[in-house]
Amino acid sequence: MTTTIGEAIGFWILGPVALAGGLGMVFSRNAVHSALWLVLTMLSLGVIYMLQAAPFLGFTQIIVYTGAIMMLFVFVLMMVGRDASDSVVEVLRGQRVAAAVLGIGLAGLMIGAVAQSVGVPLAAGAPSGSNVGGLGLLVFQRYLLAFELTSALIITGAVGAMVYTFAGRAKSKAITQKERVAERLRGPLEKFGSRSGPGVFATADSVATPALLPDGSVAPESLSAIIEATARERLGHATELSRPGDEHDTAAHSHHAERGEIQGSQT
Amino acid sequence: MNPLPPPGTPGYTQALLADDPIWLTIVKVVVVFALLLVMTLFMIWLERRVVGRMQQRPGPNWNGPFGLLQSLADGLKLAFKEDIRPVLADKAVFFIAPVISTIPAFVAFAVIPLGPEVSIFGHHTALQVADLPVGILVVLACSSVGVYGIVLSGWASGSPYPLLGSLRSAAQVISYELALGLSIIAVVLYAGSLSTADIVSAQQNGWYIWLLPVSFIVFAISMVGETNRAPFDLPEAESELVGGFHTEYSSLKFALFFLAEYVNMVTLSAVATTLFLGGWMAPWPLSLIPGVNSGWLPVVWFISKMFVFLFVYIWLRGTLPRQRYDQFMRLGWKILIPVSLVWIVAVATLRVLRNQYGTISAPVVLMVGAVVLVVAIVVALMLPDRAADDDDAGSEPPVVGTYPVPPLDLTVPTSPPKRRRAVSRGPAPETAAVGSGQKEDA
Repeated sequence: MTTTIGEAIGFWILGPVALAGGLGMVFSRNAVHSALWLVLTMLSLGVIYMLQAAPFLGFTQIIVYTGAIMMLFVFVLMMVGRDASDSVVEVLRGQRVAAAVLGIGLAGLMIGAVAQSVGVPLAAGAPSGSNVGGLGLLVFQRYLLAFELTSALIITGAVGAMVYTFAGRAKSKAITQKERVAERLRGPLEKFGSRSGPGVFATADSVATPALLPDGSVAPESLSAIIEATARERLGHATELSRPGDEHDTAAHSHHAERGEIQGSQT
Repeated sequence: MNPLPPPGTPGYTQALLADDPIWLTIVKVVVVFALLLVMTLFMIWLERRVVGRMQQRPGPNWNGPFGLLQSLADGLKLAFKEDIRPVLADKAVFFIAPVISTIPAFVAFAVIPLGPEVSIFGHHTALQVADLPVGILVVLACSSVGVYGIVLSGWASGSPYPLLGSLRSAAQVISYELALGLSIIAVVLYAGSLSTADIVSAQQNGWYIWLLPVSFIVFAISMVGETNRAPFDLPEAESELVGGFHTEYSSLKFALFFLAEYVNMVTLSAVATTLFLGGWMAPWPLSLIPGVNSGWLPVVWFISKMFVFLFVYIWLRGTLPRQRYDQFMRLGWKILIPVSLVWIVAVATLRVLRNQYGTISAPVVLMVGAVVLVVAIVVALMLPDRAADDDDAGSEPPVVGTYPVPPLDLTVPTSPPKRRRAVSRGPAPETAAVGSGQKEDA
């Protein structure tokens, strides 16, 4: 098998890009930038797969890794906060040494594998049939058991994550919209209806209570003609004559002192 | 060059397109790009006109015939606006996010077959930029890359509302891409290929909307979710998040987001047409006329089918209120995905039975379907009705305690004669002037 010119050109363009993505990921200070560099690497790898006549693998790489997995990473990083950076405090003891040893070991293994494969001729060609069909035959016939075992492992992991997420949380019944409205109507009286807005002087919310003007007199517009207690003709004239605003004020103040409330809207 | 496989067989279009000279490919790319730009301008106009019609107002009708040049004027105005970048924004990401969201939207259209084999300047070619053996995956890949634009724009803006919008968008797209992918699987099972041209030619004897209605419904719902359009436009819910992910964007960067949204709509409508409505094939009564499915005419069928979907997009926006976020997620994860999974299992089972034994005829399938339906209905009838006892509990009027309420037998008296006289005597009363008029009165 020889490489075509197009493949070679693609490789020499995408290889450095992928490498730059890897380096950028390691050296970025910002976590989201790191994730983005990794996305660049994954995209380059996907395109390299496509160039090597494996379009299915390439697009799956982009859909699954770039589209779903890295998106979840970015999601979590954004939730953590945009300026969050790694703390330098070592939480697990000796993890740096362990990570260094394991990393060097992995690198050694990979270099060995690559070096060994350089001299060995590659397996002859792709499986017969189309890209997807060949892969399907291999996965669902020849390696069915391995495939099923892997999927069982992954499902176990997913179920485990769900159990850990929901464990210890009381199973609460979902409240429907109807129930919420009913609860609001039956609930404590303070929740019912609306209160006066801030800055409004009012001793009550009831329509039966007249509103007061800044000078303490009753605002005639607030008097309702159909509620007997505040019949406009009676109360309107009375208030205008005797200017009882001061009485209202004192009553309200004493009331506040009694209840110890900040809101000046309930009588 | 390999000899062409016979027309109509899988891989024919691919081989045909492989013979394209480079200039032809460039011409096609430019034409598709221009088509999408014009479609965007046209769609913005159409949306404003149709929504206007639904709200009983004219919509833009001043610039050009029927107001057609309105979107062009708006686009120019957008280009001349000041480009603002917030101080807290992440410079590079803020700049690149609109680009990331726009490019994939255009790329995805490359795999859409607009028509059958035609002859352009003596070259036989298909009306399609590229036909990949995994064509339909290109669409999914493009939409999954495109969402990075939305997510990153919200994060890079450095302000809370865009961030919330992009968080919503990330969760939304991941959820609905699953449903979208699952609904495509049934189509791929029947067409036997992932290539878009092959999927269209496999629908020669019947569109997949009739064969796979469940897949079509799931696809249609999730494509609205995937394009962030009403009623699923939670990432840019203006009543909750100001403008959502593009709150901080202005000028051409904002225009790119706008462009991406409309190009995505067009692309997904084209994909839906390709997958379920037979692509460029003529609809039924017309398809009886010979020669209607060859040459350049099928482009007309394709575009008109696409506009059906685009009109439904606009219709939905003019009609439905925005969903709450948890309702939206519940719909995706608890309804669309399980329904698709069950449907795929059923479709795959039928396929295997037909292929292996060949004895499963249409009546048998219908019988089994009827039995399943009857069982489902019986089970549904036997399930206890939860809503019934809730209603019993809620039938009593709520106790309101000492809260001042008017008596139940309150009769509302007629307006006092004094006020009635005042109204009839004065000039035509305006709403704002009523209060002052009464004050004078009192």
